[in-house]
Amino acid sequence: MNVGEILLKLWNDSGFAAMITGFTAQDGWQNLVMIAIGCVLLYLAIVKKFEPLLLCGIAFGCILTNLPGAGLYHQELWNNFMTEGHEAYHSYGAILKSGGLLDIFYIGVKTSLYPCLIFLGVGAMTDFGPLLSNPKSLLLGAAAQLGVFAAFIGAVALGFTGGEAASIGIIGGADGPTAIFVTSQLAPHLLGAIAVAAYSYMALIPMIQPPIMKLLTTKEQRTIKMVQSREVSKAEKIIFPIVVTIFVALLLPDTAALIGCLMLGNLLKETGVTDRLSDTVQNALMNIVTILLSTAVGATMVGSNFLTGQTLKIIVLGVVAFMLSTAGGLVGGVMMCKLTRGKVNPLIGSAGVSAVPMAARVANMEGQKANPSNFLLMHAMGPNVAGVIGSAIAAGFLLSVFGA
Amino acid sequence: MFLTDITTAQAGLYGLLGYSVVFFGLILLMVVVMIIGKCFIAADKKKKEKAEKTVIPAPVAEAPAAPGAAGDLKLHNVEPKIAAMLMAIVADKLGKPLNELRFLSIREVEE
Repeated sequence: MNVGEILLKLWNDSGFAAMITGFTAQDGWQNLVMIAIGCVLLYLAIVKKFEPLLLCGIAFGCILTNLPGAGLYHQELWNNFMTEGHEAYHSYGAILKSGGLLDIFYIGVKTSLYPCLIFLGVGAMTDFGPLLSNPKSLLLGAAAQLGVFAAFIGAVALGFTGGEAASIGIIGGADGPTAIFVTSQLAPHLLGAIAVAAYSYMALIPMIQPPIMKLLTTKEQRTIKMVQSREVSKAEKIIFPIVVTIFVALLLPDTAALIGCLMLGNLLKETGVTDRLSDTVQNALMNIVTILLSTAVGATMVGSNFLTGQTLKIIVLGVVAFMLSTAGGLVGGVMMCKLTRGKVNPLIGSAGVSAVPMAARVANMEGQKANPSNFLLMHAMGPNVAGVIGSAIAAGFLLSVFGA
Repeated sequence: MFLTDITTAQAGLYGLLGYSVVFFGLILLMVVVMIIGKCFIAADKKKKEKAEKTVIPAPVAEAPAAPGAAGDLKLHNVEPKIAAMLMAIVADKLGKPLNELRFLSIREVEE
């Protein structure tokens, strides 16, 4: 082989050649568009600080998966994996044999390992004290799941199947790992679009929620100061995760994995004898899994899958779900305010959409705008963590109806 | 059951049912949490009552009174000079005359 032939071979093997030769016939232009989208997402993560810990990985995964010839992720392998009767049906062996690095990362999403491990870390970082001192905030966490089911109905009306609609609806739960957990089981082909929509809207909560808060509450209601809740004992905090796990997993067994991990993480934090483990799941493990999860989710953003009319619909339905969930929580808050004769500030209802602790911070911020001496943060943390449990229950319901 | 294609009416029904299930689950959980909370509050109350009944206050040696404090101010490991200085600083910071403030005790915090 002479030098010219070597250079020609190098050129033919390169991604540039693949992109140019397949620009129109194959997915060439789509790959280019997706690489551009990946760069835009990176800009949003780095410059605008939109959920950078996740969006960085998602955006980079998107770029990697759309590099022609790199072979890091193979959509066709996962299609075969899901095709009943195919020799590679449910065969992780086939994935390991022929897959690339991102295919191997994606196994953790497919098996629901990453969302559960993320929940373990979230549990270890969550203080359920505000919820325990004011258990009524669980009602606000339930009310704020309105968007999940409203978007689900809307998605079916727009032509999505039941499983796809359920995955789109769960964006309204404002809980990334739950959205990924449900989508990877019910509509894996929509995972990229749904994850990007869910995490982008979570980052946009300070912009999405305040107008709805002002629309659904009066100035007088927003100024309400709430009384300091009671102190919760350590024993109560230890018993809580055990009770919730048994109770919720018995009610909806499909949520056992998510709730189990969330509560195990919380138990590790509260026992006081497993500080080392708590520290590991909060930091090292959480960080490792975040890298793997975000890159794997980004890898599913293959041009041919992502650049469809469906993605646009998902983006619109996602924001509707978020807005309706916020409205649901606020309506619950207003009702609670009226029933308690003005003891509850309805703004805390908006924190019922999960997105811990961003939604609680926004409720606090709006409360302080109405009354600078108002501190709602701890009161809003109750509905906020109740929203996590609420969205897990909503996910469990959807999985039990639409799951295999 | 594995549902793929459903009508909008069915979706409405499932949506309503799902929302109800979330409420049902969280209301039940709220009741459980309330019961647990009440048990703990009652147990705490009992503990406190028991402790109040059984604990007899040990005789404490009276701390020396600060000069000019009409015998009200107790000093613990603090020299009268330092106490006077501290009271003056506090009065200055609060912007109130010293005779309008009432100091109960001054104790040196040992780290």
